[in-house]
Amino acid sequence: AAGMFLRLLSDVRWRAANPKWRRMTCCQRSTSSTAEPHPVSLPAQAQVVICGGGIMGTSVAYHLSKMGWKDIVLLEQGRLAAGTTRFCAGIVSTARHVSLELKMANYSNKLYQQLEQETGVQTGYTKTGSISLAQTQDRLISLKRIASSLNVMGIPCEIITPKQVAQLHPLINIHDLVGAMYVPEDALVSSANVSLALATAASRNGVQIHERTSVSHVSVQKGRVTGVETDRGQIQCQYFVNCAGQWAYELGHSGGEPVNIPLHACEHFYLLTHPLKEPLASNLPTIVDPDGRIYIRNWQGGILSGGFEKNPKPLFTEGRNQLEIQNLQEDWDHFEPLLSALLRRMPDLEALQIMQLVNCPESFTPDMRCIMGESPTVRGYFVLAGMNSAGISYGGGAGKYLAEWMVNGYPSENVWPLDLKRFGTLQSSRTFLRHRVMEVMPLMCDLKVPRWDFQTGRQLRTSPLYDRLDAQGARWMEKHGFERVKYFVPPGKDLLDLDQSKTFYKPDWFDIVGSEVKCCKEAVCVIDMSSFTKFEISSTGDQALESLQYLFSNDLDVPVGHVVHTGMLNEKGGYENDCSIARLSKRSFFMISPTDQQVHCWAWLKNRLPDDSNLTMEDVTWKYTALNLIGPRAVDVLSELSYAPITPEHFPSLFCKEMSVGYANGIRVMSITHTGEPGFMLYIPIEYALHVYNEVMNMGQKYGIRNAGYYALRSLRIEKFFAFWGQDLDAFTTPMECGREFQVKLEKGMHFLGQEALLEQKQNGVYKRFTMFILEDHDTDMDLWPWWGEPIFRNGRYVGKTTSSAYSYSLERHVCLGFVQHFDEKTGEELVVTTDFINQGEYEIDIAGQRFQAKAKLYPFSSLFTHRRRKDEVELSGYQRE
Amino acid sequence: AIPVRSSRLPLLSDAMPAPAHLFPLIRNCEISRICSTACYCHHKHLCCLSSHFAHGHFRYAPQKKFAALYRPKENFNHFIHARDYASTPQRFYLTPPQVNSILKANEYSFKVPEFDGKNVSSVLGFDSNQLPANAPIEDRRSAATCLQTRGMLLGVFDGHAGCACAQAVSERLFYYIAVSLLPHETLLEIENAVESGRALLPILQWHKHPNDYFSKEASKLYFNSLRTYWQELIDLNSGETTDVKEALINAFKRLDNDISLEAQVGDPNSFLNYLVLRVAFSGATACVAHVDGVDLHIANTGDSRAMLGVQEEDGSWSAVNLSYDHNAQNEHEVERVKMEHPKSEEKSLVKQDRLLGLLMPFRAFGDVKFKWSIELQKRVVESGPDQLNDNEYTKFIPPNYHTPPYLTAEPEVIHHKLRPQDKFLVLATDGLWETMHRQDVARIVGEYLTGVHHQQPIAVGGYKVTLGQMHGLLTERRARISSVFEDQNAATHLIRHAVGNNEFGTVDHERLSKMLSLPEELARMYRDDITIIVVQFNSHVIGACQNEEL
Repeated sequence: AAGMFLRLLSDVRWRAANPKWRRMTCCQRSTSSTAEPHPVSLPAQAQVVICGGGIMGTSVAYHLSKMGWKDIVLLEQGRLAAGTTRFCAGIVSTARHVSLELKMANYSNKLYQQLEQETGVQTGYTKTGSISLAQTQDRLISLKRIASSLNVMGIPCEIITPKQVAQLHPLINIHDLVGAMYVPEDALVSSANVSLALATAASRNGVQIHERTSVSHVSVQKGRVTGVETDRGQIQCQYFVNCAGQWAYELGHSGGEPVNIPLHACEHFYLLTHPLKEPLASNLPTIVDPDGRIYIRNWQGGILSGGFEKNPKPLFTEGRNQLEIQNLQEDWDHFEPLLSALLRRMPDLEALQIMQLVNCPESFTPDMRCIMGESPTVRGYFVLAGMNSAGISYGGGAGKYLAEWMVNGYPSENVWPLDLKRFGTLQSSRTFLRHRVMEVMPLMCDLKVPRWDFQTGRQLRTSPLYDRLDAQGARWMEKHGFERVKYFVPPGKDLLDLDQSKTFYKPDWFDIVGSEVKCCKEAVCVIDMSSFTKFEISSTGDQALESLQYLFSNDLDVPVGHVVHTGMLNEKGGYENDCSIARLSKRSFFMISPTDQQVHCWAWLKNRLPDDSNLTMEDVTWKYTALNLIGPRAVDVLSELSYAPITPEHFPSLFCKEMSVGYANGIRVMSITHTGEPGFMLYIPIEYALHVYNEVMNMGQKYGIRNAGYYALRSLRIEKFFAFWGQDLDAFTTPMECGREFQVKLEKGMHFLGQEALLEQKQNGVYKRFTMFILEDHDTDMDLWPWWGEPIFRNGRYVGKTTSSAYSYSLERHVCLGFVQHFDEKTGEELVVTTDFINQGEYEIDIAGQRFQAKAKLYPFSSLFTHRRRKDEVELSGYQRE
Repeated sequence: AIPVRSSRLPLLSDAMPAPAHLFPLIRNCEISRICSTACYCHHKHLCCLSSHFAHGHFRYAPQKKFAALYRPKENFNHFIHARDYASTPQRFYLTPPQVNSILKANEYSFKVPEFDGKNVSSVLGFDSNQLPANAPIEDRRSAATCLQTRGMLLGVFDGHAGCACAQAVSERLFYYIAVSLLPHETLLEIENAVESGRALLPILQWHKHPNDYFSKEASKLYFNSLRTYWQELIDLNSGETTDVKEALINAFKRLDNDISLEAQVGDPNSFLNYLVLRVAFSGATACVAHVDGVDLHIANTGDSRAMLGVQEEDGSWSAVNLSYDHNAQNEHEVERVKMEHPKSEEKSLVKQDRLLGLLMPFRAFGDVKFKWSIELQKRVVESGPDQLNDNEYTKFIPPNYHTPPYLTAEPEVIHHKLRPQDKFLVLATDGLWETMHRQDVARIVGEYLTGVHHQQPIAVGGYKVTLGQMHGLLTERRARISSVFEDQNAATHLIRHAVGNNEFGTVDHERLSKMLSLPEELARMYRDDITIIVVQFNSHVIGACQNEEL
């Protein structure tokens, strides 16, 4: 059967006989070419060594060389494009839920389109378009949301009727469809050839490519990459890029310092058939039928069809060598549900003859998003892997972002959702990965609804109060491995089970959260917020203060016992982190950041704090249980438990005191709640957690205390216009853009990171502005709920997207937060956004294609702040992401 | 595909009349015809006789039994006929849960306990189950672990002319075997304990389903017979180590002898007196396995069967017979019977494939009608209770009855050394074997025990297969898999196939539902009692033992 899969699976021989290797040919297996001299010996050193010759490795090499880096070596253990890339189905689809992924796919599509012209290598690029089918109304809503995103990006896309589907594709059975989404510019490529084309272009730019060379070890000295060891010798290098695909996890662990790259392979099957009697046209649209869990594309007159089954088969959990990928078995019994779905979708294919069932492992990540970026522990060690079966769609864009990251220090987009540092060691257990990817792979086709929680790999990190809260009806979600309460189901009340609770409309917990919010406003609630990342930074002299003053934008030289909200900014003034810092003593600080900052913030500070043994930083996250007492009666509960005066005179807002609560001494009490409501955060050494919780609940009874969860917290913070890092704020957002100038002390007497950028913004104005929108004509019971990522329209023109939303029980309206930009009507150029520009517009929010009128506000409703404790300072901070 | 035995009735087609419509017809109109028709027993062990002379006031038994006596083909015609009269034919279907509750009612599983996380026994455990066709069922089963010697005993017993003999054998035989295997010192110890009224060493640990009962009334009687046996063994004290084969043969013969003697001597208690007579006048076959390490002994008397499931190197399954049927199909057996009787009887010995034209198995427990002299039979019946006297069957002397005994309980014993590829043993009464070929039994159990993953994977290779063909094949394979998952018990799984298999060798729910919804009066025409024990072997232990012996 040699030559059978010429285009798709072209078996590529990479000839490198001459040292100035510049040529590639494509030929079939032949017996004559068995003796293959190894090309040039490896160079002794290079600036960059890329491991992996698949689509990712070649794309990174291509973009790095385009950006001017020439001293690059690409190593491939087998042959170029011989791994997953070789077997990949070759569908370039921009229909993505996450807008960053959508951008990557869009860039890839444009790149591949001109690649053949640029390199002379045939890529098989064919613009076919794609049709995503909806068998249910919910699915159609999901597609409409994507369509809204695509449209504002300028990617042609339309929602079409089943009849129109039949006109676009002759074989489809449409009787069970309610609609579809048509993206006419989606394309098909031969992924192996795209990879070869990228390699060709890269090598023309000076990149050296060596096949049959395996990396066995990555050398690290003083936390920096210094070189690699291969089976053909050593190469010294400054940068190492791990593009090893499904072997990236193992490669990450083969270095002097382990780099955790949480991904895991699953078997993935697709079917190839002989041509139809009347061969299918090569420009016939690709069909994606997520409800049937399958995709179908034309392939050499026949079809190629695969899917994402409900019961995936993870493999290589123990780690294996690459050779086994060639010998994976076809498993027809496993494929049966997908075959049934295929024949249901295209009944006329019954008589079509089978050519092969291809078993092509794909790697999946714990959150269904790919992994890129620099290792938090080893500088110069970059990773690009874990494509969740969309490698060819992301390849171009992902390679570009990583190249920018390496060359410029950061990509041109906020890539935090894909950043390797969103994971830590805790997501790297093989068991965890094995279990999680079995959930992730089916999710590829599952309906993506708001507030989805993973069900596997749970209960890893828990508060000491977990069992107590669980017994009281807590429902849990997970953040960075930590179990957090969503809300408490009152006794006797039943909620829908998991599958039925999936909705784009008003959820079944609406009233439950409403009553928790009410209690926060009128009495007092307890929320367990132990998941927050907590660092202690101290020094023998003034080193701690000096270093922090440089790394944070607010003035930290405050009296002992004060709490400061401040951003941790990068050179461009963007938020790398948003935190609260308490000055515990003259020389020690307690820093609280969002849960998923544990790895990123640590790496950021480690890399920037002076290497001084007198300055210590400790991660004390695990040492404290954090209880948030929210509500007007919190002060009463606390004063009864501590016998200490807690009136505003003694304990003003943004203060921190160590005090006793019940029998427990040394509880760190801070007068912040992260919601704008009055109350306190209690940081409790974990062994006292249960005692303090019990005391608080007992004492609180007479004040009407109750448990509450993060959904209530979110509703409270969003109605008060509190931005959260990771959700609303990112490395491309400055304090000036989100109304937090007051948290920046430009004149604090010393230089700090991002200062210049902020000064410039202060003079020239900002190009986007964080804005609050109140939905006006939205019916909470009947209409689709906003989520995040909804396009914002000003006077009918697209100006930005929402970043978070919640129902405000006080306003009895939905509140969306988001950024407004100002594009020139003619050129599309970004202009300065002024207060007037915001205030003088008519706004609409597009939820799955339906637009709702919204009122824009730049400042929160002051009436919502019942107890303003300090006139001059409004507490504005928060940490959770939903 | 399973070859369908010719003797099996075709299933009533679509509209099966409800029994209520059917039986009045037979009762009222056909009795005389049925009685006058030549008898033919569909694979009954004993011809011409009510299988329940236990209830047996002769009037040829309750009407419901007539059906079973009737020639199947004619019977079937009757049903067709009867259907014509049925005014409102009703469909009679069982839902899958109902089917399962019938199939699983008698299932039992035993897992050999582990010590220190290890099972050092060559047996992992066993699954057993029974599906009645007779009411009450005439099959019995037993399983027990020998406590004073090593090894495990498992057996199936197929009764005929009632269940009394099978019941007695299922209660008693293993004790006889265990005692036969005991060393002299242990026998002495036990005897001394009984003598001095001390607690007895436990001999067997039974593994019983709640429905497997022991008769309380007869226990004293049975115990005394057993004690007499071991006392004789003590007196005999050969000093030699006990050979398992010999022990099995001795135990079988001794028990049959005791059954015979007890009936001759009688018992002052009238209930017991009647019981021992019923035991002796009914019969039972026995197929017993003794497993000790790699030594597997099968002792068989009659036409139940033991079969070994062997996994070949390529993963496929094959069957090895570990017993010979003692019936007319076995030439050696026919030869043996003829050898034991004068030449003059040669023609009358085996008629219509039956011993003396009556009995299907050529070896059996009980059945004193084929063992005692005519005088003895007459004497016992006459002095026996009225119930016995009223029963035509007991009075009836087999034709051409000249040189008794014609029947023996002596088993044929086969010894097999277990190998790692020997994965399981199936003991089953003929109810299973007449519906399924042993090769299919081996495959179905093998695939069940190893899980579905071992279903041979499909590879397209160079063949021309269309998507539609592949889809059909996969759907069918999935149906097979789902039927595997339905059962937690290998014996149940086998019964499901035995009763529900269609021509493709897959379980057809509709067929299963029809077969199981047959009223008890009809069931016996379509199937026999089925009793199955599936013993699963521990290949690791067997492999290790083998290596030690090498």
